[in-house]
Amino acid sequence: MTAMTAHAYGPGEFHAFESAGRKFIYLVSSGAVFELDQAASELLAELSQQRMHRHELIENLVAKGYAQDDAEGLVRELYLAQVVVAGEAVPAVVSAPPTDFPLASMVLNITNQCNLSCTYCYEFGADKIATPAGKPKYMDMETARASVDFLMRESKDRQAVHITFFGGETLMNFKLLREVVVYAREQAALQGRTVDFSLTTNATLLTAEIISFLAENAIGVTVSMDGPADLQDKRRVYKNGRGSYARIEPRLKALIDGHRTRAITARVTLTDGVTDVLRIYRHLKDELGFHEVGFAPVTSSGEQDYSVKAEDMESVLEQFQALAREWLEYALQGRMHGFSNVSETIGELVKGVNKSHPCGAAIGLVGVSPGGDISPCHRFTDADTHSLGHISTGIDKAKQEDFLTRGHVGAKYDCQKCWARPLCAGGCHHEAFVRYGDTGHANLHYCDWIRQWTDTCLRIYGALSAHNPEFLERFAERKALA
Amino acid sequence: MKHLRALNNKARRIEEIVDAAAAAPADGEDQDVVALQQGGNNQPKRPHVPMGCSLAFSPGWEVDATGGTAGLCQPVERDIYDCYVTCFWPAQVPDHVNNSPDWASQCATATKDWRKLDLVFP
Repeated sequence: MTAMTAHAYGPGEFHAFESAGRKFIYLVSSGAVFELDQAASELLAELSQQRMHRHELIENLVAKGYAQDDAEGLVRELYLAQVVVAGEAVPAVVSAPPTDFPLASMVLNITNQCNLSCTYCYEFGADKIATPAGKPKYMDMETARASVDFLMRESKDRQAVHITFFGGETLMNFKLLREVVVYAREQAALQGRTVDFSLTTNATLLTAEIISFLAENAIGVTVSMDGPADLQDKRRVYKNGRGSYARIEPRLKALIDGHRTRAITARVTLTDGVTDVLRIYRHLKDELGFHEVGFAPVTSSGEQDYSVKAEDMESVLEQFQALAREWLEYALQGRMHGFSNVSETIGELVKGVNKSHPCGAAIGLVGVSPGGDISPCHRFTDADTHSLGHISTGIDKAKQEDFLTRGHVGAKYDCQKCWARPLCAGGCHHEAFVRYGDTGHANLHYCDWIRQWTDTCLRIYGALSAHNPEFLERFAERKALA
Repeated sequence: MKHLRALNNKARRIEEIVDAAAAAPADGEDQDVVALQQGGNNQPKRPHVPMGCSLAFSPGWEVDATGGTAGLCQPVERDIYDCYVTCFWPAQVPDHVNNSPDWASQCATATKDWRKLDLVFP
């Protein structure tokens, strides 16, 4: 204690933005989005210049012609919502989920083998952390069964659970995948619950038989691919260096024509020389017919020659923004646009998420390796340094706690002054480990980028709330259906 | 709320809380500072965290989980360490100039060594 002086009011922790001629704030303590009326907006503008005591604020408003009651009401409303605070704005502490948080999703790495040799692969490339030597290459049915049982047990009373099949190249173990779908459906039915599925594939091994199985079972499909032939074949290659585009093109068309029960998504990895976002988007969405296309820069330690160069990231952001404008035009007409980077963020903004951790890894989601080792997510599969136990013995609570304590946004010093932390929470654990050697390190190399992108999405959100608010409601359940 | 329009689920939850609080009698609740104890019937609603006390570890000055002072690590009846360290305070705290120069000599770091603070008998 130093002295009992009355604290002057100042702005709380928020990000102000304008859109469609209106003024908004994004409250960092909660993830709430509010539109400001003129009185509130003027008051915040004044407070940003100079801190003021409550009575001064009210006197100011009265001098401007507000009734005493209205003036007090305004200040009180902003104070109670923590838009203005007495004293310094102190970063709010986001509580972590309980340690017995029920599982919702499991990523089954049914093989760690792959028929491609993409040069940037996080599992096999220069920055790999997996240590697969001496471990099973293909998951067997016994391990898969134990994994499904584990998911059913650890998901407690959740009505619906989700299994994602992953690799390696997932379809190199399609035989097991098919058996797991049948087994998991049986187990869920016995308990009066539901299970749904998705998989990620490079599309090289798709056949008519596989496609009809995926369609019949409403299995969501994400295809990892990087664009038209010249870009796809730069790094998504076979071991002999031959590109994979010619092989996958007819298979993708068959998949997209033959599978209409779930969205078919493309997931693009941006690398050096593969940053032509608009051209990639047009090709995948308009020419091949994917429902959604999402982009992310490659994960790398920063020293690999395939990393996107800093100067190219600016052009990537500009192209993202062009697609975001297009997304908004579509949305204003009530149409869905396929650029999933916007859709994902809008879905989170509708809820007002305020994340303690960047993702559900080791909370509601775990990965399982072909041999049954549990990892925080598929990106840590087969990495001994990040094992969280084994499917036969369950999650090692001490390791899980260590992982989650490091990854908590409150433990990331650099995040405490950032307004984008409710959505970002420091970014991908795996990316941080590859870049900084610590899963709990904030991903400082893309902070500016994240803030600009979040601001873009907030402006879209503001414009839609003004001109087509019903459209936003479509995103309320997005995460649950993904 | 009249001046803020809630635009997402989280904002709508805040709106409910603000509207409920706004409907309740104001009665000093959004005053800038409330004393630790007030006279008569003016006691602040509990749990009530006085200004400053929750921001730093300060033996003898923190509040416990209920917002009161009954369950502190260092009872308030012992000596108020932070007043001794940082400022003049019109209360009985150890006088480190003349009478109790070594009172806190075993307490290099309050967060670790608070148990070593002793009682002082004037």
